[in-house]
Amino acid sequence: MAEMWLNMGPQHPMTHGLWNLRVKVDGETMTEAEPVIGYLHRGWEKITENRKFTQIIPMADRLCYGASMSWSHLYCLTMENLMEVEVPERAKWIRTIVLEAQRIGSHLMWLAALGTDLGSYTVFLYPVRERELFLDLMQNLCGARMTYNYPRIGGVRNDVPANFERDFTRVLNHFEKRLTDYEALCDQSTIFRMRMEDVGYLSAEKAKNLGVTGPNLRGSGVDYDVRRDDPYEMYDQVDWKVCVEKTCDAYARYRVKMDEMRESCNIIRQCIKRMKPGAIRVKPPRTAPKGKTGWAHVEDPRGEGFMYVIGNGDDRPYRLKVRSPIFVTVSAAPEMLVGYKIADVPAIMGSVDMCLGETDR
Amino acid sequence: MDLRLAPHAVAMSSSEFLSWSGEVMDQLMKYTGAKKAVDRLTAPIWSWAIRNATVPLHFGIACCALEMAAASGPRFDAERLGMIYRSSPRQTEVLLVNGWVTAKLRPDLRRLYEQMAEPRWVIAMGECAISGGPWYDSHNTVQGVDTFIPVDVYIPGCPPRPEAMIDGFMKLHKKITKEMKGTFLND
Repeated sequence: MAEMWLNMGPQHPMTHGLWNLRVKVDGETMTEAEPVIGYLHRGWEKITENRKFTQIIPMADRLCYGASMSWSHLYCLTMENLMEVEVPERAKWIRTIVLEAQRIGSHLMWLAALGTDLGSYTVFLYPVRERELFLDLMQNLCGARMTYNYPRIGGVRNDVPANFERDFTRVLNHFEKRLTDYEALCDQSTIFRMRMEDVGYLSAEKAKNLGVTGPNLRGSGVDYDVRRDDPYEMYDQVDWKVCVEKTCDAYARYRVKMDEMRESCNIIRQCIKRMKPGAIRVKPPRTAPKGKTGWAHVEDPRGEGFMYVIGNGDDRPYRLKVRSPIFVTVSAAPEMLVGYKIADVPAIMGSVDMCLGETDR
Repeated sequence: MDLRLAPHAVAMSSSEFLSWSGEVMDQLMKYTGAKKAVDRLTAPIWSWAIRNATVPLHFGIACCALEMAAASGPRFDAERLGMIYRSSPRQTEVLLVNGWVTAKLRPDLRRLYEQMAEPRWVIAMGECAISGGPWYDSHNTVQGVDTFIPVDVYIPGCPPRPEAMIDGFMKLHKKITKEMKGTFLND
């Protein structure tokens, strides 16, 4: 059988975000795969060198628009490390809550996209419906649906609105019931199981060597989570477990994300109970010393996000480096794809949860 | 073909006769005023049919793509207004540019636009597609999609809410209703 190269993208229903997957097919079996990225590159790291520290926060929101809160939070965490600012306790609790709410929102968007990939439109409609509830909570908190601009260097922008705890508890009670519905829709559907199980195998060894992090790594059976292994904010104060699956296939990655949503509900409930009144923000220094460095890493919904910053003596960074989880994970795409049929591509790449804004930067 | 050839119609081949007779009909309708009447009668039907099938291309670029997805979700339900996403540019009428356009993407976007069948419209959604937005000083971002594609409707916002996007489509419907007056027989 003659081999041929096939382009999937940049405009292709399989690609969430904007990238191009070139696969070499022998009949219907993929023998080679090559992800082409860079369609969204706008020189983020270079632009930030011309911005003041506070001006970078809304830009960090737009790094990964699926999980904008976790990226602007990561930037603020990095700057706090650079400027040696201690965040008040209440701000830490609020941050933990909104980060977990963001994780749920991001995973819901991923589930919706996976649903359309696999041709199941109900699995698109249901998560988008519940995502709106979380977006409403965020909108009450900070006024925006997606790009929040909420964390600040040294705290958060504003205190929680009235009835914050009540609204969150209501949404969580509702959402946990709905989560069971999604599992009934997906796990009990023969078609879903047939398409997701035993495809996209990524062994723990390969995943670690390729630098895969986050739910994709935990789907390969590696017990690693930055929230537990190097706790930031209040993750060491609450009681939760890391979700790990052993089967290493696309279905395992799906299970990890579903379990994580339930754990996030659990974390938010505990945080709401233990939050106490107090200050939400301290004033950080306006400038950073020349040559001083700061770094932070967090568990983004997609993996381990990392930022490294060098001060320049004024109110702009000398260099701001971003380590994006999906940029690293996409290099594992050939590993996951080769050997499977071409019809498995949406299931495999859909389980990875691509976000190209942070990948291309 | 000019009308003086009328006496020689018998000497024409069949294809020549077809084009000649079509021309005669056109000219007759134009000069008797029948064309205007037909146009006036059919234009509302024509524009109604087109504006109720403004099928956007399923092409998510950046942040606004998530709002595009939310707009077709249950709360906003844009499908009731004819916005059903199709993945092939040949089947679509509207190119919804929802994100920043980089130098690497520009040829592909231009090609997608040219692959779409006429009549076609372009909607620039969000600040990035309108003018570059937060990446106004980026070396790799095209400062607005209207620098290389004609744009019909601009939807401001960063990102615009789904209601704003639906409102943009309503503006496009109005534009189609206006533009489609009396163009039926010209095609």
